[in-house]
Amino acid sequence: MSTETTLRRTALNETMRKYGGKMVDFHGWELPIQFAGILKEHEAVRASAGIFDVSHMGQVFVTGADAFKLLQLTNANDLRKATPGKGVYSHVTNEKAGLVDEIIAFCLAADRYLVIVNAATSTKDYEWFKAQSARMLVKIENRSEDFSMVAVQGPKVPLMFEQFAPEALKLPRFGIVEKDLFGEHCYVSRTGYTGEDGFEVTAPHSVIDRVWEKMMELGKPYGIVPCGLGARDTLRLESGYLLYGQDVDDEHTTYEANYGWVVSLDKGDFIGREVLAAQKQGGVGRKLTGLTLTGGVPRPGCKVFKDGAHAGDLASATYSPTLKKGIGVGYLVPPDLKPGTALEVEIHGRRVKAEVSRVPFHKGTAFSKDLYTGK
Amino acid sequence: MPKPEEVKYAKTHEWFHPGGEAAVGISDHAQHEMGDVVFVELPKVGQKLEKEKPCAVVESVKSAFDIYAPVSGEVTAVNEAVTSDPALLNQSPLENGWIFKMKPSDPGEAASLMDWNAYQEFLKQASH
Repeated sequence: MSTETTLRRTALNETMRKYGGKMVDFHGWELPIQFAGILKEHEAVRASAGIFDVSHMGQVFVTGADAFKLLQLTNANDLRKATPGKGVYSHVTNEKAGLVDEIIAFCLAADRYLVIVNAATSTKDYEWFKAQSARMLVKIENRSEDFSMVAVQGPKVPLMFEQFAPEALKLPRFGIVEKDLFGEHCYVSRTGYTGEDGFEVTAPHSVIDRVWEKMMELGKPYGIVPCGLGARDTLRLESGYLLYGQDVDDEHTTYEANYGWVVSLDKGDFIGREVLAAQKQGGVGRKLTGLTLTGGVPRPGCKVFKDGAHAGDLASATYSPTLKKGIGVGYLVPPDLKPGTALEVEIHGRRVKAEVSRVPFHKGTAFSKDLYTGK
Repeated sequence: MPKPEEVKYAKTHEWFHPGGEAAVGISDHAQHEMGDVVFVELPKVGQKLEKEKPCAVVESVKSAFDIYAPVSGEVTAVNEAVTSDPALLNQSPLENGWIFKMKPSDPGEAASLMDWNAYQEFLKQASH
């Protein structure tokens, strides 16, 4: 393909190829869609351990006396939840309460934050933070080009970290620790996009290969497998996690996305608060709603019908390896449909019976609180 | 079970085994490219088929793939086993993973399909 030369490659590109990754163009990045197969990789993460190259993700550092103030102003969630050593999942909202991005803001110290942002939005986020920081004592650095990132996910992953990073075992969900790995300053957080317990390691490019190989070595007794974007998508959708650009964007709000728990209306003013307060009061006209079906595989863009009328389109949809049926989410009208409500999804011109489902479709170990004691 | 060398191939990666009741499936190359097959939408017995027109759908985790009739004719049987176990298309694309059987209406049409060597050459060309 002639476009191949223009694709951006992560520092792990050669390693991905060495392990048999089937490389594809993912929004301008060359990343593996799969290794041994999506089902096998998905099952490994649910049962034991899998490892992902997520180096396309971005890192924005916000530092200075007003770092907290800036993040509190630009986020729907309350940054007070992010005490030093902890992170908070949040939505960066515009004036219309649409999402600039969905992020994790880690508090490294009272005046120092690491914000993990989506790949395609890192520049946009950086510009947005810049624009909102007038007259603030704050330094904003988009350091996405300087870091690679590996996600190690699965119920057996904490066992792997016993020797490698025992301090990480004490982390609660969304906890973070700064740690030298192979002589470089790195960040280890108890986060992920799979619904399973696990860690994400943010490291300079120069040591990321060694981090990857070390994980493969430590994970060997647990049958760790390299995983691609295919399994990443089935795992995150089963867990009800949003994909920016597909499930949410500048035009959809947090309440519409059915992520109301992210909104902290009582924390004080923030951008988009008025719109969100009105939606909290008056409700939303459409809501991201989950559905399941058995007679086929739903895909993004499939039309959804309720009582014969077009109720919306699927934003994300796939085959769920855990539930062994089709799952999807779409903005449906009316909102607040009860689980079990009968729907139809149009697949290849056929109307297939579906029903409204609770989201998450499946709750992995990341949803169980007991694990995070590290015991 | 037909050997890979004994069947004919369409450019859209279906195989066609003209012997006896003509069977149709996807090539080993195709199943490999699709990845894990999780759903198969079979044609109906008695359905009329037109050469190179879509007549079935194979869904893998990542995508949907149309299956095209390699030759014209009529469906005489479908493989219900792949409905309950779609992975048969990956495990045994030429035997247990066959999709349907058919009665060709024009025996001459199969001549345009590729034999094993031509298909290998075709795959080589396509990968460049």
